[in-house]
Amino acid sequence: MAITLTDSAADRVKNFLASRGKGLGLRLGVKTTGCSGLAYVLEFVDELQEGDEVFNDNGVNVIVDAKSLVYLDGTHLDYVKNGLNEGFEFKNPNQKDECGCGESFTV
Amino acid sequence: MALLQIAEPGQSTNPHEHKLAVGIDLGTTNSLVASVRSGETSVLPDERGHLSLPSVVQYAEDNSIIVGVDAKDSAALDPENTIVSVKRFLGRSLSDIEQVYGKLPYQFVEKEHTVNIATRQGEKNPIQVSADILQVLKHRAELTLGDELTGAVITVPAHFDDAQRQGTKDAAQLAGIKVLRLLNEPTAAAVAYGLDSGKEGIVAVYDLGGGTFDISILRLNKGVFEVMSTGGDTALGGDDFDKKIAELMLEQANAEPPENKGEYRKLYDSARRVKEALSEHDSVAFTVELSGEQFSGEISKTQFEQAIAELVKNTLRSCRRALKDADVEKEQVLEVVMVGGSTRVPYVREQVESFFGREPLTSIDPDQVVAIGAAIQADILVGNKPNSDMLLLDVTPLSLGLETMGGLVEKVIPRNTTIPVARAQEFTTYKDGQTMMAIHVVQGERELVEDCRSLARFVLKGIPPLTAGIAVIRVTFNIDADGLLSVTALEKSTGIESSIQVKPSFGLEQDEIADMIQSSMSNAKQDIEQRMLREQQIDAIRMLEALDLAMTESKDLLPDGEKQQIEQAITELKAATQGTDGQLIKDKIKQLDDTSQPFAARRMENSIKTALTGSSVDQV
Repeated sequence: MAITLTDSAADRVKNFLASRGKGLGLRLGVKTTGCSGLAYVLEFVDELQEGDEVFNDNGVNVIVDAKSLVYLDGTHLDYVKNGLNEGFEFKNPNQKDECGCGESFTV
Repeated sequence: MALLQIAEPGQSTNPHEHKLAVGIDLGTTNSLVASVRSGETSVLPDERGHLSLPSVVQYAEDNSIIVGVDAKDSAALDPENTIVSVKRFLGRSLSDIEQVYGKLPYQFVEKEHTVNIATRQGEKNPIQVSADILQVLKHRAELTLGDELTGAVITVPAHFDDAQRQGTKDAAQLAGIKVLRLLNEPTAAAVAYGLDSGKEGIVAVYDLGGGTFDISILRLNKGVFEVMSTGGDTALGGDDFDKKIAELMLEQANAEPPENKGEYRKLYDSARRVKEALSEHDSVAFTVELSGEQFSGEISKTQFEQAIAELVKNTLRSCRRALKDADVEKEQVLEVVMVGGSTRVPYVREQVESFFGREPLTSIDPDQVVAIGAAIQADILVGNKPNSDMLLLDVTPLSLGLETMGGLVEKVIPRNTTIPVARAQEFTTYKDGQTMMAIHVVQGERELVEDCRSLARFVLKGIPPLTAGIAVIRVTFNIDADGLLSVTALEKSTGIESSIQVKPSFGLEQDEIADMIQSSMSNAKQDIEQRMLREQQIDAIRMLEALDLAMTESKDLLPDGEKQQIEQAITELKAATQGTDGQLIKDKIKQLDDTSQPFAARRMENSIKTALTGSSVDQV
C-alpha cells in the first residue's frame, strides 16, 4: 500500500502548506459523485479522522482514509502545467475510465 | 484533463461545480486579475508572463479589438481609435472631462450625463471600453483556472460616486462577469495585509501610482472598514519622477528637450530605467541620444531625491489634509499601507515613514496588493473559506435623504452607515385631496436641499384624495452591497408603488465630498437656524391657507370687528413670513391663532350642529 508524489508535486504541497501557515499534510480521497461515478478529493488536513492512514513521501504527509485507499493504492500525484492552467494530476493505476473533464472516473 | 487545486478541509467541490472567484483591479493605467489557488493568493499572468494588462483598448482597422501591451504601442500611431485610461471617463459628462483633463485626442460625442467616443468601429461608451478590458482578464482567468468563473470582486477608488460604481458594474455585466461586490481600493489593500482581522483602529493607505496619488484614511470598527476621508492629486505620480530625471539628464547634456519623437521617447525610457536602478544603487550611469549625438552621464541618488523632494512633500501635504478631514492625529494611525509602483522608491518610503512615525507595510508587491486583497475577498464571498468571520462592509460616504416641504432635507440614511442597508420612513400629504407626491432624492450633509446634491426625482401618482395628513406614504431607501441606491415610495392603503434606481447625473470629486462634509460642520449653526425658519414659514403658510378657506366658507360666522382683527393679524404674519426672523414668525402665528380662536370655535360648533341636524339620536 503506497501513495507517492513527484518532486514537483511535493515542492508545491510544501509551499502551499507553508504559506497557509498550518496543516498536518495533504488529504487524498475519493467520493462517490460526478459523471463517471467517483471523484477525487484534494484537501489540506488540520486534524486526523478515525481510519486515516498517514504516508510520508518526499517529505510530505499524505493522509488517506481507509475506504479511499482501496481506490487510490499505487497512485502517483504529479503537479503539471498545461498552458496557463496548472494543478495536481492523479496518476491512478486503478482507474479504468474517466469523464472528459478528468475529475471523475470509474475503477 | 482538469488539474486539481487543494481545497480547505471538507470544502472539496463536486466535478464541474468549482467555485472559481477572482479579484480584479480595474486600474486607470494597468489592470490585474488575481485568484486564491491551493490556499495561496497570486496575480495571474498571461501567456507571455505579463502580470499587468495595460488599460488600453484599440479599435483596429480590421475590426478587431486589441487590448493591452499591443494596443499601448499603437496609441501614438492611432490615437483617435486607441482609448487610454478609460476609467477617467466612466460615469462622467463631457464638461467634467474637459474641465479636468483638457484637450484629449478623442472624438467625444456628448450624451445625457455621459460621453461616447467615436471610433472607426462606431461610437463606444466608456462602459463598453471597460468591458473590453474586463473580457480579456476574464478569459485569462478562465484559461488559468480551467473552468468558468463563478464571480469576481472588482475594486474601485474610494471616492468613486454612484454613477462611476454603476458604470463599473455595468461593464462587468457586459463582459459576462458576475460581480460579487465592488470593493474600495484602499480597503482591498488593507485586506491583503490581513488588517481586517487585526486590531481595530485607523489605517492610512498611501497609493502613489504612475499618474495619480490617493491617500485614504480608513477606520476598522467591528470588522468594518469605514472610509473616513480621501484626498490626493489626480496629476501626480511616478511619471513625474521620470520627468524630473529626464530634466536632470538634459541639464547635464546642456541640451533642449528633443523634438524628435523617437529621441523623446528613448529619453523617457532611459529616465525610467535610471529611476528603477536608483532604488538599488547610489549612482547610475546612462547614455542617451540627443540631436543625433550620444551623451553619457551619471545621476546620483542624492540628485534624484532633491529633484523629487517637492513632489513627495506635496503628497504628504495631502496626507495631512486627509488626516485633518478625518479628524485624526498622525499618532492615532496604527498602520500605513503602501500601494502603487512609485512607493518602491526608497526616498518615498523614508518620507512616509518619518511623516507617520511608523514603518509602512511594503512586503506585498505594491502593484499587486489591491488585486490580491480583492481575490481574498472574492474567495470568501463564493464560500471557499468556511468559518471566516471576514465579511467586509463599506459605508455610505454622504447622507441620503428626501426633500420635504419648504426645501428641507429629511435624512433617511445617515453618512457612514454600513452597507448593504435598507431604511424606511413614513411621510404624509400636505394638502387636502392631494393625489400626487414628488419624491426628490438628495445626497449631502446640509439641512437645505439647495445646499445638497440632487440625485433623482420621481412622482408617486394615484394617492387617494384624503384630508392632509391622513395618507401614509412609506419611502424606502435601499443601498446594495456595491453602494448603489434604489428608492421606493408606497402608499399604504392602496398599495400603489413607484420607484427609481439612482444613477446620479454628474460625478462628485473627492474634494467635493470632503467640502460637502466640511461645510455641513462649519455651517451647522446657520443650517439649524435656516431649518427653524423654514419650518416656521411652512407652518405660517399652512395656517394662512386654512384660515383663508375657512373665512370664505363661513363668512356669516364672522362679525366685521372680529374679521378686521383677524385680517390685521394675517397681514402681520404675512409680513413676518417674508423676513428671516423665525422667532417673529412664531410669535405672529401665535397671535393669529389667538385672534382667530373664537371664530374657529364657532365654526366647529356650527359644523357639529349641521352634522346633527336631521339625524336621529341612534345615529349620533
